[in-house]
Amino acid sequence: MSRSFDTGGAPHFPPHSTVSRVMLQVIYALVPAIAAHVWFFGPGILVQIVLACFFALGFEALMLILRKQPLRLFLGDFSAVLTAILFALCIPPLAPWWIALTGMLFAIVVAKHLYGGLGHNTFNPAMVGYVVVLISFPQAMTAWLPPSSIAPAALSWSDALVTIFSGQPPGGLAWDAITEATPLDSIRTSIATGKMISEARQLPVFGDFGGLGWEWIANWYALGGLWLLWRRVISWHVPLAMLGTVIALGGLTYLIDPGSNPAPLQHLFSGAVVVGAFFIATDPVSGCTSTRGRLVFGAGVGLITLVIRRWGGYPDGVAFAVLLMNMAAPLIDHYTRPRIFGK
Amino acid sequence: MKIDPLSQARSAGQQLHHFHGGLRLRHNKKISCQTPIEKTPLATRYYVPLLQHSGREADATVSQGQKVLKGEQIGCFEHLGRGCIHAPTSGTVTAIARHPISHPSGADGRCVVIKPDGLDQWKELEPIDDWEQASPAELRQVIGSAGIVGLGGAVFPTGFKVNQASERGIHTLVLNGSECEPYISCDEMLMREQPGSIVLGARILQKAVGASRTIIAIEDQMGVVNAALFRAVEKSGAETIDIVKVTTIYPEGGEKQLIKVLTGLEVPSGGRPTDLGLLCQNVATATAVARAVTEGKPLIERIVTVTGNGVRKPRNLLAQIGTPISNLVDQCGGYASDAARLVLGGPMMGYALSTDSNPVIKAANCILVLSEDDIRPPQPEMPCIRCGECARVCPSILLPQELNRAIRNGLWDDVMELGLADCIECGCCDFVCPSHIPLVDWFRFGKSELHLLDQERVRAEAARQRFEAREARLERLKRERKKRIEDKKLALQENSSKQQKIAAAIERVRSRKSPKP
Amino acid sequence: MITAIILITLLGSLFGLGLGWAAGKFRVDSDPVVDQIDAVLPQTQCGQCNFPGCRPYAEAIAAGEADINQCPPGGEAGIQALADLLGLEAKPLNPENGEEKPRTVAVIDEAVCIGCTLCIQACPVDAIVGAAKLMHTVIEAECTGCDLCLPPCPVDCIEMVPVTTETGTWSWPRPATGEAG
Repeated sequence: MSRSFDTGGAPHFPPHSTVSRVMLQVIYALVPAIAAHVWFFGPGILVQIVLACFFALGFEALMLILRKQPLRLFLGDFSAVLTAILFALCIPPLAPWWIALTGMLFAIVVAKHLYGGLGHNTFNPAMVGYVVVLISFPQAMTAWLPPSSIAPAALSWSDALVTIFSGQPPGGLAWDAITEATPLDSIRTSIATGKMISEARQLPVFGDFGGLGWEWIANWYALGGLWLLWRRVISWHVPLAMLGTVIALGGLTYLIDPGSNPAPLQHLFSGAVVVGAFFIATDPVSGCTSTRGRLVFGAGVGLITLVIRRWGGYPDGVAFAVLLMNMAAPLIDHYTRPRIFGK
Repeated sequence: MKIDPLSQARSAGQQLHHFHGGLRLRHNKKISCQTPIEKTPLATRYYVPLLQHSGREADATVSQGQKVLKGEQIGCFEHLGRGCIHAPTSGTVTAIARHPISHPSGADGRCVVIKPDGLDQWKELEPIDDWEQASPAELRQVIGSAGIVGLGGAVFPTGFKVNQASERGIHTLVLNGSECEPYISCDEMLMREQPGSIVLGARILQKAVGASRTIIAIEDQMGVVNAALFRAVEKSGAETIDIVKVTTIYPEGGEKQLIKVLTGLEVPSGGRPTDLGLLCQNVATATAVARAVTEGKPLIERIVTVTGNGVRKPRNLLAQIGTPISNLVDQCGGYASDAARLVLGGPMMGYALSTDSNPVIKAANCILVLSEDDIRPPQPEMPCIRCGECARVCPSILLPQELNRAIRNGLWDDVMELGLADCIECGCCDFVCPSHIPLVDWFRFGKSELHLLDQERVRAEAARQRFEAREARLERLKRERKKRIEDKKLALQENSSKQQKIAAAIERVRSRKSPKP
Repeated sequence: MITAIILITLLGSLFGLGLGWAAGKFRVDSDPVVDQIDAVLPQTQCGQCNFPGCRPYAEAIAAGEADINQCPPGGEAGIQALADLLGLEAKPLNPENGEEKPRTVAVIDEAVCIGCTLCIQACPVDAIVGAAKLMHTVIEAECTGCDLCLPPCPVDCIEMVPVTTETGTWSWPRPATGEAG
């Protein structure tokens, strides 16, 4: 008596991992840093995250319908959510709601779907969204808050919501009263006015290594990144190359001219270097795939970031550095192909 | 200072090396190693496929109604030397008909159908009485006519392999007992229960190819096996056989990976281990060689692991070629209630069969019956997210993601440059892919397409040459015809001028002859 | 303003000259394009492209006298290959030249053949063996499926038969493209 069976392709194993699992693990790794953010800078960031997720999923659904692709499958892979969270972490907590809208429009519709959708985008969508918003709305993007320990007044949930949705500062206060330049901004203006870095570091906005509050957030980003490394979600090549380059070159410039160059640790704990190293430059789709290529990619991001910080027009260069290296990624991949076994 | 590869190869086994990539998989082998190997009882019918190798189908050397004895030749073919298929038992050939043949395509093929007479009577056996006195050529000849193929799964004709090897010159024979694919335990059980025949096979093969030493490679988790083999080697008195334990990473058992681990050398792309003076054979193949030489018995049976959560009592069976798989499963207690898929081979490289009336073939090292939980439900395929995991685990250090892109888009030059020919189809990349892209299926398709394109190119070149030759021939004929016409014209002219001269001469003669006033 | 214009013009001319010199200095010698085109064509020698063979068609393409979509045996893949080679747009096969069919070979019905040798003379690759008043037969391995032997045969004994694949020549099928392949 013979029995028939359904057939299927090899390997005959339960699934080892899925795209949504990969994306979710990255999101989990961001949670501690988000919590630290709320601790230091109030609840604004959470509102931004929710807004950005809402817009991101909305645009993603729209594009999927237009492109006649399965909604459930692609909305459920959490890639849009991850883009939204990374974007929200880059913008000021009190930025008006249309910043998130514009950012997600360019990130999801332009950078992701117009280039072919998941797996086909040349540029990091979150960074594209951020850069567009930064260049187009410089005023709105300066609404950074000082850490709550040195803030004049604590911001509540309702204050945050009102500010974000109305675009007006909370409680009738003027913008200048509640916003504060970021640590990197402070350094930049100090150098422009001829002050030394050591003087700038006396400002209350600075902590032990980098910006007050920011350095702790960087720590949590690093811990999250190390967890991702342990879970094999990312490989060590990009973070090591990027952080290594920042420390090495930062150290070099500091030794040459400590007056106008921050110390390497300060570089590390300011701005988006740590989050960039573990979460942004490691985006697999827009980065390199070969291991040597990833080292080159990470080093390039680190180098360009430092150059922009020192000589460029913006206080932090991670986003631009990532986009520039995204452009170079296919070429790097081509020249760093591994030697095949036996050849 | 560059070490000469051959001398490095000679020191195989002294130091263990690593190979790139690979996966640590759960073994799942214990469930089939609890009971000793059992022989399968006589089936009611045997369906021996005439296609158990690559290339064209073999020709049947028996006809319907013919009585055959066990071990009698029933088919032969010319492919990489002369290959043979033998009857698994004595009986009558009831038909040479189409039947499922356990082929990956699922297609039917011609089989020699044998109805056993119950006597299980061997043909007249002609073993070599004292193999130690026989010449290597004699040994190779016996191996060649016994229908022995690589029993590790590749079914490469052993006769051809050893003949080629002895021409190249071999210094070390490597017996591959590192069965790396999960679930499969036939080699392990063979090494536990019949280590003597493996050692005997090793000594015979060593003599047949002229090697000076043998290494038997086993996995480091095979403790019992190590002891059994060690005792067998001691008992045989062979001094040139070493047992080496290698790590248990899939696909360590692949020939090229095993050689890398033992010698640190990589078999050149497009080359064979014999280029390094090494010959690899599976331990079961060695046993078959021993049996063929010392008992005169051709290859008609092999050990098959019947296992998986879909079978009630997994175990190893000694099954005759041509036995329907349903018989094997019945012997193992039948199917479990949630049996969902029937796989020939292991979970990484095996292929699914649509019916259990498929017969045991020489390549069947394992029958794996999987339950629903063991297999992935049909998943929609996502786009490649370029995570690079596939390249991290590839033992051939290829870029599966780039290969996938190139094959899908028909960029065949890129495909060749990326080294598709070096893919061993181990399935590691498939396993780790988060987007569930069927990479190995694409690579197999790519290899077929490249082969077809190559054939097309060769055919087009031949057609062009024939066309040009024909054009040249027609040109030549035209020229020759033209020349003939011209010659004739010339001849005519000469003729007419000759005639004119003759006429003129006649005129002259006439006018001279009659000078009339 | 004026200085900017002059400067840009100067720079542009400088770079243009530099590029021109580099194009000459670093020129890569390649096969004559006719050979390259001929290598892509399927060598069926059928004449469906309106040229007497593949080489004349290749020469016509190289001279710009013929389009790249006139070859049915090459099919869509062949047109794409020619397009890639010459940097042109691929276009659909011109229906005036024929349609893409699966590969066929000619088979002579020996019961009907009268041994007239007309098909032998017609075959562009000499794939038919035979002689006057003796049996003719097609060498299957050499037949390109060009159909040129069918019109001359006075008794219509030639048939074009599709080439079959047996299990021995079976190849892995193309996997179905996934949702978002």
